[in-house]
Amino acid sequence: MKTLISTSVRVAVAAAFVGMAAPAFAAGEGPHIERQQWTFSGPFGHYDKAQLQRGFKIYKEVCSSCHSLDQIAFRNLGEAGGLGYDDDQIKTLAAEYTVQDGPNDEGDMFERAAKPSDRFPAPFPNRKAAEASNGGAYPPDLSLIAKARAVERGFPWFVFDAFTQYQEQGPDYIHGLLTGYEEDVPEDVEIPDGKYYNPHFIAGPAIGMPPPLSDDLVDYPDGSPTTVDQYATDVSAFLMWAAEPKLEERKKIGFRVMIFLVVFASLLYFTKKKIWRNVAH
Amino acid sequence: MAGHSTYVPQNKAARWLEKRLPVISLVRGSFVDFPTPKNLNYWWTFGGIAFFVLVAQIVTGIVLAMHYTGHVDMAFNSVEHIMRDVNYGWLMRYLHANGASMFFIAVYIHIFRGLYYGSYKDPREISWILGVIIFLLMMATAFMGYVLPWGQMSFWGATVITNLFSAIPLVGETITHWLWGGFAVGNPTLNRFFSLHYLLPFMIVGVVLLHVWAFHTSGNNNPTGVDPKSDKDTLPFHPYYTMKDLYAIVVFMLLFAWFAFYAPNYMGHPDNYTEANPLVTPAHIVPEWYFLPFYAILRAIPDKLGGVVAMFGAIAVLFILPWLDTSRVRSATYRPIYKQFFWIFAVVCVVLGWLGSKPPEGGYVLASRICTAYYFIHFLVILPLLGFFEKPKPLPASINEAVLEKNGSGQPSGAVAAPETKS
Amino acid sequence: MATTEMGEATRRDFLYIATGAVGAVGVGALAWPFINQMNPDASALALASIEVDVSNVAEGQQIKVMWRGKPLFIRNRTDKEVEEAKAVDISELRDPLARNLNLPADAQATDENRAAGGAEGGGADLGEKLLIMVGVCTHLGCIPLGESGDFDGWFCPCHGSHYDTAGRIRKGPAPENLLIPPYKFTSETVVTIG
Repeated sequence: MKTLISTSVRVAVAAAFVGMAAPAFAAGEGPHIERQQWTFSGPFGHYDKAQLQRGFKIYKEVCSSCHSLDQIAFRNLGEAGGLGYDDDQIKTLAAEYTVQDGPNDEGDMFERAAKPSDRFPAPFPNRKAAEASNGGAYPPDLSLIAKARAVERGFPWFVFDAFTQYQEQGPDYIHGLLTGYEEDVPEDVEIPDGKYYNPHFIAGPAIGMPPPLSDDLVDYPDGSPTTVDQYATDVSAFLMWAAEPKLEERKKIGFRVMIFLVVFASLLYFTKKKIWRNVAH
Repeated sequence: MAGHSTYVPQNKAARWLEKRLPVISLVRGSFVDFPTPKNLNYWWTFGGIAFFVLVAQIVTGIVLAMHYTGHVDMAFNSVEHIMRDVNYGWLMRYLHANGASMFFIAVYIHIFRGLYYGSYKDPREISWILGVIIFLLMMATAFMGYVLPWGQMSFWGATVITNLFSAIPLVGETITHWLWGGFAVGNPTLNRFFSLHYLLPFMIVGVVLLHVWAFHTSGNNNPTGVDPKSDKDTLPFHPYYTMKDLYAIVVFMLLFAWFAFYAPNYMGHPDNYTEANPLVTPAHIVPEWYFLPFYAILRAIPDKLGGVVAMFGAIAVLFILPWLDTSRVRSATYRPIYKQFFWIFAVVCVVLGWLGSKPPEGGYVLASRICTAYYFIHFLVILPLLGFFEKPKPLPASINEAVLEKNGSGQPSGAVAAPETKS
Repeated sequence: MATTEMGEATRRDFLYIATGAVGAVGVGALAWPFINQMNPDASALALASIEVDVSNVAEGQQIKVMWRGKPLFIRNRTDKEVEEAKAVDISELRDPLARNLNLPADAQATDENRAAGGAEGGGADLGEKLLIMVGVCTHLGCIPLGESGDFDGWFCPCHGSHYDTAGRIRKGPAPENLLIPPYKFTSETVVTIG
């Protein structure tokens, strides 16, 4: 009786697993995103200052004409574990922008040069205006985009991700999207007028944003290659920093915490063992 | 509780206090001298671990409440303010967000330990029922906490879950409007959820104390399920279990720190980094992982009211579990067939969780229905019948005897002498 | 036998002490973030320093600007007010110290030590006429009213403190002169405060 139940149980459980895992493998949910190499991945991850500065240049000269960066103030560009600009550079940079302030003593709003404590001004006054200027498609705010986009990995990959600390779905996705535009639209795909074909787009494949990057579009003073792929990598890294500016500090503290916990746990293990040494349990 | 204490106040001040408020002897009786079965394994440390995480959640939560703004226009930005500007704000928020998951991990293990070793049976029914109440309070707290960052998942999760109540015949709509304080989830909803999210954890602490009081009255269960019969079967709680629990808590903290520092957004959903927008629904609305099995049960039933009833029924059935299980043997160690069914049940729960994260289409729906049916069959059919058909293995005469047998020596030699504090 | 027991006891004690010490270090390190989170955050610190253009403050006028969540009084005093302030003998003052964060702590509360003329960069043509103070009564934090009180300076309505035309306490419960914040003229007319 017992063996019978036991065997049938095992068979049933195994069958259930195979049966349920199969559709996950077959379905291949969402677009396929290629993983990139990032300096900020893994337990010792850190940002590459030069890369962030290049990425910021891309944002400033390309993305910022449609996309806001609401959560970021100019002063953030000088924070440790980030782009590493000094105070004067930030002041000069902020002064290039005008922001609205007020009301003044006459009760009027007025424009003035931005200060380091100001946030990046948005290209459109509100969401409706942004939609109206972009054919009804809203260019999302980019401050958190690197954490707000991820293609579902499915079973069993999501299990491995917990152990490998894979937290870079966002930048991988952004890179994939920016380099993923294709001219030739497959026959079975229909792209409405004013939209573009991008199989990497998470809600795609028709996307409202025209291909934003092209080779030699932006000048790099540090001599890095001026290719779409390099631009996409750099701006993805910048957007990861924008979404997670404390990443370096977090990983550094995390390492110390892990070391401490391992030491403390070992000491406690021996203490516990010592206390229990004369007790059978 | 205090009855176990041999505490005699040693000085004048202690005697003065003891006469007026016997708090020292109460604590000593409950957490120092309390006789605890000596064979508790590491699965028993998860109660202490869960309590540790509860305290950590309350502490980090109070900190976050100092910086958070409970208003639909500002909530999302105030969370980002915490992440970017507040000193160590990112740490507080990641500890709190991952702490919720850690709490559920610890509590789920704690619950399944209870199921395996029959800790819900006579005379511990009250402790078990209080535990189910804690579980319900936790779910309410976690749900309302998830609404506070006011991201897309916050908003749409709140909308979907509060709409469950609209399934109630006749008064459903009235109740949902009452819950929302309006005609949709909005600022009044956010504010009341913030208020309740702050309140409920303290209620959980209160019920936890009752939960502990209850099983301290009956005594701990243990892996054999046999009641302690003599001093040879038990140890004082301190230092034996204080140190064992502390060691387990620190090991658990390694897991906690792994997620909080290295994969802080692993348990979260990317959509919650987009501010709530009542005009756009995300493609898939998925609750946090700890609700997924129940979410799968909800969606398995092709009827609005039926789904809600099934989901709440899945928790309600736990309340009557002590009377559904007809076997008089507690521990699955001595119940060969129940042991098999226990593991099937555990697997079914995990599979239900996985199904809850999948879109409700095709084979997933069928699988959800089979697993949902099995979930209820386990409690309502298998457990009542097993008690009659199963032939348990012989139980050990005492905990001490079981320990000796496990350690492979039939006779009490020097190594197994009673602990020094007892001799 | 006795030695072995002794040795064992020492080793055990060492283990217990080490464990306890490491645990104490951990608790201490953990406490810091929980304390520090209540300190002013990065967005507050970013506003800790402001720039003000003082060129269009007319004689006999006062502007109020916010600095670190408190009002600053920036007053272009009349000649009469300056003279009144200069005429006061330091020994008559309730608080003989300048309370000027740009000067040494023991500086005397003369009008020269209170007015912006003494600041780095000069204060230029406004010089000794310009007075920049934190507009918070040194008694319990209310905002004094301008051009009032028994000494033609400021008067705090909460508990009746009178300040003179150099913002020095003359009568009432306040213990100190109004505070002069740290500032620096970055040009003839622009002062950076904080």
